[in-house]
Amino acid sequence: MKRIYSVLVENRAGVLCKVAGLFWRRCFNIDSLAVGETDDRKVSNMIIVSAGDKRTLEQIEKQLNKKLDVIKVKTFDETESINRELLLLKVKYNRTTRRDIMENCDIMGAQIVDMSSTTMMIQMCDTPERVQIFLNSLKGISIVEISRTGTLAMMKCSDNK
Amino acid sequence: MTATDALIKCLEMEGVTHVFGYPGVAICPFYDSILNSSIKTILVRQEQNAAHEASGYARVTGKAGVAVVTSGPGATNLITGIATAFADSIPLVCITGQVNSELMGSDVFQEADISGACESFVKYSYIVRDPNEIPRIIKEAFYIATSGRKGPVLIDLPIDVQMAEIRKFSYPEEANIRTYKPTVEGHAVQIRKVLRALKNARRPIICAGGGVHLSGAKEEVRRFVEENEIPLVCTMMGLGTLPTDHPLFYGMVGNNGQVYGNRAMNDADVVLMVGARVADRSITQPDLITENKVLVHIDVDPAEIGKNAGPTIPLVGDIKNIFEHFNQKVIEADYTDWIDRLDGYKDDGMNARTRTVYGDEDDGNPDTVAPSFFIRELSRAMKKDAVYVADVGQNQMWSCANVRIREGRFLTSGGMGTMGYAVPAALGAKIGAPDKQVVAVCGDGGFQMTMMELATLKQYDVHVKIVVLHNGVLGLVRQYQHFTYKDRFSVINLDGSPDLEKLSAAYGIPYLRISDEADMLDKIDAFLATDETMLLEVMVDPNSLA
Repeated sequence: MKRIYSVLVENRAGVLCKVAGLFWRRCFNIDSLAVGETDDRKVSNMIIVSAGDKRTLEQIEKQLNKKLDVIKVKTFDETESINRELLLLKVKYNRTTRRDIMENCDIMGAQIVDMSSTTMMIQMCDTPERVQIFLNSLKGISIVEISRTGTLAMMKCSDNK
Repeated sequence: MTATDALIKCLEMEGVTHVFGYPGVAICPFYDSILNSSIKTILVRQEQNAAHEASGYARVTGKAGVAVVTSGPGATNLITGIATAFADSIPLVCITGQVNSELMGSDVFQEADISGACESFVKYSYIVRDPNEIPRIIKEAFYIATSGRKGPVLIDLPIDVQMAEIRKFSYPEEANIRTYKPTVEGHAVQIRKVLRALKNARRPIICAGGGVHLSGAKEEVRRFVEENEIPLVCTMMGLGTLPTDHPLFYGMVGNNGQVYGNRAMNDADVVLMVGARVADRSITQPDLITENKVLVHIDVDPAEIGKNAGPTIPLVGDIKNIFEHFNQKVIEADYTDWIDRLDGYKDDGMNARTRTVYGDEDDGNPDTVAPSFFIRELSRAMKKDAVYVADVGQNQMWSCANVRIREGRFLTSGGMGTMGYAVPAALGAKIGAPDKQVVAVCGDGGFQMTMMELATLKQYDVHVKIVVLHNGVLGLVRQYQHFTYKDRFSVINLDGSPDLEKLSAAYGIPYLRISDEADMLDKIDAFLATDETMLLEVMVDPNSLA
């Protein structure tokens, strides 16, 4: 079972280490982890995607709440939220592969953001699943470098909250 | 005013009376400032003992114990003591000196990343960068250590920060931490649910853990048990919640507990786990505890509830607070049949004990005594409100199975099982409760891990009664190898141990020795007759099993 944790933390030195250390020590999985400042510079937001059985997922939330640098934990699953991942990808190309790459980018909504005579850089911002589909579609293409942000997620808009 | 002058003022305002520690260059500004204070310093002989002594002090006073050591090896030596306190939720404030903050991270002499090393077994840690933050940090540290689920807090203090001048000193009235608001008050709906479950119960039982002592709820729990006539068992950390001979007390549960205690737990239809973690030593199969039972789990730490067993009724809050609510009304129920049944179990258990091969009062060896018999008689002869500190190993098993507690305390390292805990913890306990008789009971393995503290006892004229059960082996490991490895004994002989009589003489401590049941009682009386520190060596057969 997958679960997303949106964790507001004090933006202090060592906090990332403490949160990551908690997952390590208690043998919780981290599928992805993305961190950034919020509108308040003293507060950071961590989006952690984890998987496990019901008891583990509940423990993750409780243990996160126990950390004194954690301000608030929100948790939801993928269907309740909008999920995005940013991908930067550098690939090698030649005359025969160039067309294929461009078509795949077109189909999946990825953009070519930089290029040289032998490599091009592709950017894609989409759901983690679609990012993976796009990567799978590039089989046979020589990948030089990949950089992914991990999942960013936010609860869907609702009139109740 | 320097930062350490301010720090010591903060400690005074927190009511700190004693600091256990060991100086070194990186903490010298602190130890210089403390000369101007009424706070007493205790120089331990190894830093681990500073944390254990602070722990013993904390457990009898209910206040946070304070340990102050230097950077690098001083700090890393403290680690076992911090982890021991963390496992048993003991409030400590540990202050470590650190190298100059500009040099931190460059691996200079005696630098260790102590806050990184301790991260998973402190409740919180600080690295102080700004000397003006010291009053706030100290206020927070004591609040964090002693509230909610208690535990150790670490403050790492670079030497340049210690020496800095503070602009203006003011000590905050209270700590205000937006991320930390422990739940004290039990939820009214949940409380009502628990009381209803008890009213409908036919075979209820309370299992008391260490949280009862940590919350200072002994009186409230006892009143609840007595007014409603609900039987009580306990975990090792909960020993002493009820006096051992209380009619409603049915022993300790777990793999080292009494058979009748475990039977009581198994047969119950409503189980109240109170300040207990449902941990592996007491509840071997946590999944089974919810089978055919209503499990009520009461704990101040919400993360403990549901961690090992999913409760039917969770109740988060301070135990004292919750039992004060419980005690507002007597439950209309009658558990007489259930109590009769448990009394039967208890009688069976007592009879079984006296039917063992050599009886229970003779181990069949003319040169040794039966350890369980000795512990029963020792604790019987101790003062009513004495503090009994058990070490770790067979001595701990014999202690928790046989100790007779009346109004006193039973202290031991339960969660971490740290050998060598007893002597330093007893020293700290005696400093915290100078009017109480304090008895440390260890094996000859654990004793040798911290026996250097005999010098500390001597130096500060602290009076602790020390029992060493001498069997010449690491008994619990030997016992494990006896059963699991069919007597293939490996690395368990303590050959080369010192002559404890001569060792006592070297420290100027009176010594007694018991090697025969015949004069055991007289020797115990002689051992406890005076208030002074004394070492009692009790010869035990290495084949005696716990």
